[in-house]
Amino acid sequence: MAVLHFREGRPEDLVLRGARVLDPVSGIDAKLSVRVDQGVITQLGESVQPNGHQIVEADGLVLAPAFVDPHVHLRTPGREDEESIATGTAAAAAGGYCAILAMPNTEPVVDSAAVLGALVERASQEANVPVGFLAAISKGQEGRELTEMADLAAAGAAGFTDDGRPVVSAGLMRRALQYHSLTGRRIAVHCEEPTLSRGGHMHEGPVSAELGFGGYPSVAESLMVGRDLAIAAYEGQPLHLMHLSASESVELLQHAQAAGVRATGEATPHHLCLTDEAVRSLDPNVKMNPPLRAEQDRAALVDGLRTGVVSAVATDHAPHARHEKEVPFEEAPFGVTGLETAFSALYTHLVEPGLVSLETLLERMSAGPARAYGLEPPRIAVGARANLVLLDSRADWRVTEDGFRSRSSNSWLLGRTLSGRVRLTVAAGRVVHEA
Amino acid sequence: MTDIRLVREELPPRPPGRRHLISIADLTRDDVERLLATARSFESALEREMKKLPTLRGRTVVNLFFESSTRTSSSFELAAKRLSADVMSIKASGSAVDKGESLKDTALTLGAYGPDVIVIRHAHIGAPQLVAAVTSAHVVNAGDGKHQHPTQALLDLYTIEQEFGRIEGLHVAIVGDVLHSRVARSDIQALALCGARVTLVGPPTLIPRGIEAMGCDISYDIGALRDADVVYVLRMQRERMEEGEAYMPSLREYTARWGVTPERLRPGQRVMHPGPMNRGVEIDPRVADAQEALIEQQVRSGLVVRMAVLYDLLTHGPVAVEAAVAEEVA
Repeated sequence: MAVLHFREGRPEDLVLRGARVLDPVSGIDAKLSVRVDQGVITQLGESVQPNGHQIVEADGLVLAPAFVDPHVHLRTPGREDEESIATGTAAAAAGGYCAILAMPNTEPVVDSAAVLGALVERASQEANVPVGFLAAISKGQEGRELTEMADLAAAGAAGFTDDGRPVVSAGLMRRALQYHSLTGRRIAVHCEEPTLSRGGHMHEGPVSAELGFGGYPSVAESLMVGRDLAIAAYEGQPLHLMHLSASESVELLQHAQAAGVRATGEATPHHLCLTDEAVRSLDPNVKMNPPLRAEQDRAALVDGLRTGVVSAVATDHAPHARHEKEVPFEEAPFGVTGLETAFSALYTHLVEPGLVSLETLLERMSAGPARAYGLEPPRIAVGARANLVLLDSRADWRVTEDGFRSRSSNSWLLGRTLSGRVRLTVAAGRVVHEA
Repeated sequence: MTDIRLVREELPPRPPGRRHLISIADLTRDDVERLLATARSFESALEREMKKLPTLRGRTVVNLFFESSTRTSSSFELAAKRLSADVMSIKASGSAVDKGESLKDTALTLGAYGPDVIVIRHAHIGAPQLVAAVTSAHVVNAGDGKHQHPTQALLDLYTIEQEFGRIEGLHVAIVGDVLHSRVARSDIQALALCGARVTLVGPPTLIPRGIEAMGCDISYDIGALRDADVVYVLRMQRERMEEGEAYMPSLREYTARWGVTPERLRPGQRVMHPGPMNRGVEIDPRVADAQEALIEQQVRSGLVVRMAVLYDLLTHGPVAVEAAVAEEVA
């Protein structure tokens, strides 16, 4: 069974004329035009015949493979007041994504073929862009018994994770890595040692000491990263590390990769752009798990992204109802939205200052995350299904609450002006967003 | 009595944008000096038979306490009454909070009465900011979680200045559970702002990692007290010994190692405590009752300092307070 599910529609006939085509996978960086017939790229050249197709004049814009978000909370089933498959995938389309992976920490947890089947069915009716559903590693995400991974994979699971929680038991983690190999899907882990993070609301350091918040030290993450990499190495299995935040974690991942472990890692826009200094605002929209860390951690993540040790950008899009975030910081739940702002935030904070090249960013937002889950990377090539994003690097825009397609607006970027804008998204051969 | 209006003219001006007192970090040294000088000017008024000033007549002060408090809530209430403000004191228990009302809704409800000042104490950091964001009142933080308790720090500065005639250059040792103490955080900032040297003394598990960045020294040895002019003793909360929260092996060992006893002090040192005290735990009863203890002075300072805070926030407002004071002076 396919791992990506969406509402089928009429595939597009389209010509995109005169963009800078930038595809790190195919190794293209040239001013070209692209013709799409029935949702498939049929021609790539300096001049293509429009054949009566709709023409998009893309002079001065960048055309790249559309993005893949390996970490989204669609809040469905259970909290459709915060996000639904329809609104979450509309937000993804607006952010330039052609595929997203949804986390299983819903109500109920996606831990059985029945719950997963209902989601797949719903996605086939309302998903604007293809969605893959990760299933839980443990039943109820309680960390005691493995889920029926083989059945879940057969029912369309895109991978396995207990995200939102760590797999506390090393023994269970080992069994999961052994057993999941049957499925051909990947395991992804949220690394947190709960006895070290307990009571923590932000990164432990001078800022938490001054503000008086309980600290969530970086060693709570890196200890678990080290443990899980050791188990993956011992079992010879691949492993994906979610939302890395600490420099020590990046270092451990780098060593494991150098030693031949098939481990991948992701980082979020907020961890790549902000530090714990942002928490001085006491704004609940800078509260997330793992927390924003120190400048040296941020620098290590940016460096990891540049070198490829951290091969994927993940939004960890975590919608929350407004009333749940309109409370003092300590009472607020962890998590911020990110689908609609990820590219612009990273373009503004990393590409414009020259920390990461545009080409690298595009790779880490598309092929990198796809490969981490064993998915085919989107690419711009004749014969490939059209998964395209058209980017305007000269456009500025202001992030406002009423501009979101997401049902929630708990963004750390509210009120800020960003550069770089998604103008058009083509996902699975269909135009899903135009601005 | 002292003419507040005249005193005021000699004071550093209050920046026009400053509407709240939420954190010592928001204050400049000028602000602190102005507040302490204003507090001094209220001293004489309190010595009179008729202790009430008409200064804040017609103003409304709401005390909103989500945590239990004796000295802070009574001190704010009396301070407001001494200045002739109308005071409304609300305790969380027995209020709509028990029915699940959010802080935002409680603040909006009280804000609808148009209070001039809301004094808030809350278990969570940032509660005062939230109240400030949803009401048009001046907000005074009377303690938010482990974050800040700025009026405590101001009254501590006032007490020290009354005793020593200065703050600059003094050495203050803050002893005990710094990790859970909003008083410690406010005091470290306030003392550093006024040029005092601060050393934190306590067990490693109760001194937060990274706090030296606030401009203080750290010692795990109680012997470090000896160098200090002022020994500031923090309350040791018994709940910190509970299972899963065991920051110390035992209260007994805490007292044995870090309890402030007469033997650990030297002559001439002054001892302070924000209260309430655990006699025989963090402070030996002989120390608490000794001449060197400034603990009652701290309570008295609290009244004039809180009067000064209310006065300072409201005298830039629309009501002709200066006129009211002038009338009183006349």
